[in-house]
Parts: sequence; structure tokens; C-alpha cells
Amino acid sequence: MTTISSRPADTKPPQNQTSPLTWVRKNLFNNIFNSILTIVLVIIIGLALRGLVLWIFQGAEWAVVTNNVSLFMTGLYPRDLYWRAWLMLGIVVALAGFTWGVVGRNLGSLFSRNVLMGLALAALLIMLLPITRPNAPRLIAYEALTVAMAWLGQQAGRKFSGLGMKLSIGWFASYFVLLYLLAGGDVRASVLYFVGMIAVSAIAGWQLAARVSLLPKLGLFEKILLFLVGFIATYLVLWYGSWLLGVEVGLDRASTSKWGGLMLTLLLAITGIALCFPVGLLMALGRRSQLPIVRGLSIAYIELIRGVPLISILFMGQVMIPLFLPEGTRPDRIVRAIVGLTIFSSAYLAENVRAGLQSIPRGQTEAAQSLGLNTPLTMSLIVLPQALKVAIPAIVGQFISLFQDTTLLGIVGLVELLGITQSILANPSYLGDYAEGYAFIAAIYWVFCYAMTYGSRRLETSLNNELR
Amino acid sequence: MTQSETEAQETLTNAQGVEAVIVSQDVEKWYDNGFHVLKGVSLNIYKGEVVVIMGPSGSGKSTFIRTFNALEPYQKGKIEIDGIEIAHDLKNIEAIRREVGMVFQQFNLFPHLTVLQNVTLAPIWVRRWKKSKAEEIAMRLLDRVGIREQAYKYPGQLSGGQQQRVAIARSLAMQPKVMLFDEPTSALDPEMVREVLDVMRNLAKDGMTMVCVTHEVGFAREVADRVVLMDEGMLVEENTPEAFFNNPKEERSQKFLSQIL
Ligand SMILES: Nc1ncnc2c1ncn2[C@@H]1O[C@H](COP(=O)(O)OP(=O)(O)O)[C@@H](O)[C@H]1O
Ligand SMILES: [Mg+2]
Repeated sequence: MTTISSRPADTKPPQNQTSPLTWVRKNLFNNIFNSILTIVLVIIIGLALRGLVLWIFQGAEWAVVTNNVSLFMTGLYPRDLYWRAWLMLGIVVALAGFTWGVVGRNLGSLFSRNVLMGLALAALLIMLLPITRPNAPRLIAYEALTVAMAWLGQQAGRKFSGLGMKLSIGWFASYFVLLYLLAGGDVRASVLYFVGMIAVSAIAGWQLAARVSLLPKLGLFEKILLFLVGFIATYLVLWYGSWLLGVEVGLDRASTSKWGGLMLTLLLAITGIALCFPVGLLMALGRRSQLPIVRGLSIAYIELIRGVPLISILFMGQVMIPLFLPEGTRPDRIVRAIVGLTIFSSAYLAENVRAGLQSIPRGQTEAAQSLGLNTPLTMSLIVLPQALKVAIPAIVGQFISLFQDTTLLGIVGLVELLGITQSILANPSYLGDYAEGYAFIAAIYWVFCYAMTYGSRRLETSLNNELR
Repeated sequence: MTQSETEAQETLTNAQGVEAVIVSQDVEKWYDNGFHVLKGVSLNIYKGEVVVIMGPSGSGKSTFIRTFNALEPYQKGKIEIDGIEIAHDLKNIEAIRREVGMVFQQFNLFPHLTVLQNVTLAPIWVRRWKKSKAEEIAMRLLDRVGIREQAYKYPGQLSGGQQQRVAIARSLAMQPKVMLFDEPTSALDPEMVREVLDVMRNLAKDGMTMVCVTHEVGFAREVADRVVLMDEGMLVEENTPEAFFNNPKEERSQKFLSQIL
């Protein structure tokens, strides 16, 4: 055996360890032109930053924000119901922490250096920034509380690592809990109670049928009858029980006209996102269907909606529909807003999914078919998982657009984050404080959009690591 | 032949009394653009037999064997798989595909599933086997094609030869009555051709019925019971490998052989 290389086998690749100084010289001052460019840019950026910092700390009148935080967050939601908004926030944070604990148990510990640094930076900003300084102790207490809840959730989540899919059911159910907390009213009128009632009644009926049929000789018909008796009896008790006992079960009603601020923005965005994804997916599949009618309708829908600006759809929902439908039969304007957003976004989402579907080679379908998989199985097990993975960046981009497009509803008269800002700024005592108000909500929008982008990138890399 | 005709048997048998797994009669196919790709092809494949289909590129070999599992519809003629005719309305299509395994030139493994998941997917979802049973059988098959250690890797992490062997195991997992191979070694680097051919050779030895489109003359000589030459959508010659390679009957076969040998 001859050795061609004289080096030992475990030689590491050469490491490019450069000092910061050499890095600067190599990247910023490597020739005359770049050196001039660097200097000019540093001066411009420096001046802009200086102007911004001076404005934030000296020029700006932050009273418009600090005096109206609750308006920004919840709009005209009644003051004595704020506890419900807090409870909603608490549920979301706890569930998020729990989810993180279950899903991210393989990630590094919660208090990695980066996280700690981020938390410290947030605390520092709270103490320094003029907007937050007046309430600094309270805000830092909230920060600590949030972290504590996330930590508790994570600890709990680690214990239930096998939960996986059930988590999404948890989120699904909690959406309806939150919706009820937001709206209040007779508990029996809520979706949650209705579904719960059906479920409990079905279980009761099932139990009755199972127990009684332990007795010998019961036909299928009798069993079904027993089930129905159990079901209906339980249902009636649940529906009229509170009335019989003479108690009102429910929370105070908070009319949708009182919903507003960031809370409404999030409600619109989350509901829109949750609805437009399945609709868009169906449209994308419909567009590739073998059936001409399904394909034609899908294409018509997609092309029609993509040819119309969102603002006109929203105007139609908010202004035109009330003209056509008599009072009482009109859906709530928030429902109309959500429907408009969903209709619009799902058409674009369908195109994103279609692009993903087209990127999957035909051999994948043929291989699945040649194994005997039928069309639904081929779609759901082979084609869609790959297509959706390809489409993640575009889909999340669409979600971000939808989130930002909720601002258009401010223009058609809803008091979501932009709408409430406009009415706050219309108050004569904050005359001329436009920059402060808009800068504040711009920061809020940025935080949410960046979080979504960051999340999608993490999802992509984790899927890529898996697929290679 | 005369024997089966006179006795009017349900299934077709050859001279030795072996039943046919695939019966195809006068199959004709036009592509949507009007191209007449199959011009009346008849070929029967009997149980336990290895038939190699050769022919110049574009002669319709892939199209022909893809009609056997209804990946390509045809317009005229008749194809029966294990006694079930492929209906033109594709009604019994999944039932037929379950019985016919197919190995593609480009492997077509599912990149988002592990090797083991690739192999167990169809048994679990189509045959409705329990996961544990499917995995046990899959591991045995992976062992048989020599890649048991790679079971938990993703296809993208394997070499071409390993991927093709996974593809063979994936088809075998459905326990098909016949296996179709469409140029299984054409996309492989030369040093990996042998490992795939070895697997196919063992498969033939174990009695699997196989239809192989391939230009591997060594494999055809050693394993095939019959060699068929296809040209311009027609079967030109059908012969034993011995006769086909040493003194082919048809002029077109001679021409083809002079090009590949
Ligand atoms: N979808 C199609 N539409 C039209 N012509 C096709 C299509 N697929 C294949 N062909 C043509 O049919 C002929 C036979 O193709 P194929 O069966 O792949 O041949 P082989 O496998 O023998 O190389 C070729 O000339 C090819 O160009
Ligand atoms: Mg071919």
C-alpha cells in the first residue's frame, strides 16, 4: 500500500479565522471606491440614527401612546371586561409555552444565552424608551410573568412529549374558548357549548346503549333507539338545565362593535389565515381536477378574485351588502370582513399551492399509483406533503400579506389597530402627533410579521434537515 | 395453445401448462398528439418467466410495459393481468396495480419518507397491514436487497444503486404477481449497475415473474427465458436469448445488435 498524501488522515480543513480588523479591511476598504462608499454610508446612516434617537428621546410626544395603550390594544372594549382580555392573553401565552415545550423539547434550553440577552435587552428598552418608561416596573413584571408562564408551559410540555397532534386540537378548541371570552353572552349560544353539548350527549347516548345492551337480545334497532333517547335527554338537560334551575349561565355580552385595536387585528388575521388555507388548498386541487366543472369553477374563482383589488372586495362587504340585505339578515360586519379577507387570500394561496404541486415530478405520482395507491392517498401521502414544503415561504408570505391587509379594514370603518389609531389621532388633544402614533403601530406590525417570517424559516430548515 | 383452446380453459397456459400472468393482444395506442406509438403488440408473460424487451430508443418499450399497470391507457386490443382485464374505464385499476410491481429508470423514491417508510407505505395503506407486520416484512426485504442498515435514512442520503434497490424492495413489499423493470440500470453509474442486476438475478432465481426493459446483454443471456425485440411500435422478433444474440432471425435485430454489442 502506498501513501500518496504525506499528511495525517485527520487533517482538518483550513480555518478562516480573521480578526475583525482584517475583516473590515477586506470587506469595507478593499479599494478606493469601496472605501469612499463605506465612509459616505456610515455618515448617512449615522446622521439618520442620530436623528431617530433624538426624536425618540426628546422630540416625540409619547403621551398619545402612553395615555391610550388600552385603546390601542382593545379598542372600545368595555373597561369592566378587561379581565377577559387578560385571561385570553394568559391562555394564549400558557398554551404557547406548553406547545413550545412539547414541540421544541429537542431545542436548546429555554434560557440560552441569546434568549437571556433578548430578554435583558427588552427590559432595558422598557426602562429607557420614553413610551414605556412611565410604566416600566409594571411592564417588566409582565415580562417576567410571561417568561415564567412560558417556562412552566415548557416544563409541563416536556412531560407530555407524546402529545403531538393533540396539541393542534387544543389550539382549535382554545380558539373557540377565546372567541366566547371575547364575545360573552349566553353560554348556550356559543359554538363551544354547542359542540360540547353534542359530544356529551352522544357519549351519554352511547353509554346508555352499551350498558343496557349488556342485557341479552337487543337488536340494532333497539340499540339505535336507546342511543337516541340518551342523546336527546342529555341534550335537553344541558340546554334547559340552567333555565330550570333559574340561573343564567354566561358572561356579559360584548357587542362586536366594541371589539377593536390589536385584539381585533389579531382576531381578523388569525381567523382569516385559518380559513384561507383550507379554501386555497381546495381551490388548488380543484384547478388540477380531472372533472371539467370543478376545474372550471376553480379557475373562474381564482382568476376573478385575483383580478379585483382587496379594497373593493372589502368595500363590497362593508358598504354594498348592507344596501342589498334587509336589517336583521345581514351578517355581522366583522364576519363580512373575515369573509372578504378569506375570499381574497385563498385565491392567491391557491396559486402558491399550485406552484408547489407543479414542482413535484410526475414520477412521484406514477410511483405511488403503481403501488396501488388511489388518487386521494397519492395526493395526501405523497404529493401534498412535498408540495406544501416547497410552498412554505410563499404561503407564509401570503399570511403576512393578509395580516397587513387587515389595515384596509381601518379604511372601510373597522376600528382595528389602524382604525383606532386614526380615531385616537383625531382627538384634538393629540393634534399633530401622527408620527408617534403611526410609529408605534408600525413597530407592532413589524414584530408580528417578523415573528412569522422567522417561524417559517425555522420550519423550513427543520424540514430540510429532515429531508436532506 | 391448441390444448387450451379446445378445452376452453379460463386461464391461458403455455406449452408446458404454465398459466399466463399477463396476456396482451393486438394492443394499439395513440398519444394525444396523434402519434401511433403501439401498432398492435401481442405478448404473453407466463408465471415464473423472465422476459427481456430490447429495442432502439423511442420504439415504445416504456409505453408498452406501462400499459401493463395502466399507467398508460390504450385504445385498441386487450390486456389481462392475472385473469382480470384492464377495463378502459379504469374501474379495477387499483386492484390491478396492487398485483403488478414497477421499477423505474429514475427510481422515483419518495424523498420525504425514510427508506423504511417508503417500503411500508403501500402495505399499510393499501393492503391494510398492521405497522408492525409491514415493518417486519420490509426489514426482511431490505435485508434481501442488502440495505438493511440504511432503513432509517432518507433516499437522498443513498447512492443511486442503493436507491434502486430500495425501489425494488418497495415494489416487492406489495407481494406482486409480476414485476416490471423499465431500464432499471440506465440512470446508474457503471460501478453500481452490478449490485442492482445481482438483486434482479436473485429475484429471478426465486421464481419471480419479470418483464425487463434493459440493454444489459449479460443479464439477458444469463437470466432471460425469452428476448423480445421491439421497433417502431411493433414486436419484431421473439426468441430464446441464445438464438437472439447468436443468430437473430430478423434483419432489424441484427442491425440493433450490431449497434449495442
Ligand atoms: N406523452 C407523449 N406524447 C406524445 N408522444 C410521446 C409521449 N411519450 C412518449 N412519446 C413518444 O412515443 C415514443 C415511444 O416512447 P417510449 O415508450 O418512451 O420509448 P422507449 O421506452 O422505447 O424509448 C417516442 O417516440 C416518444 O417520443
Ligand atoms: Mg424508455
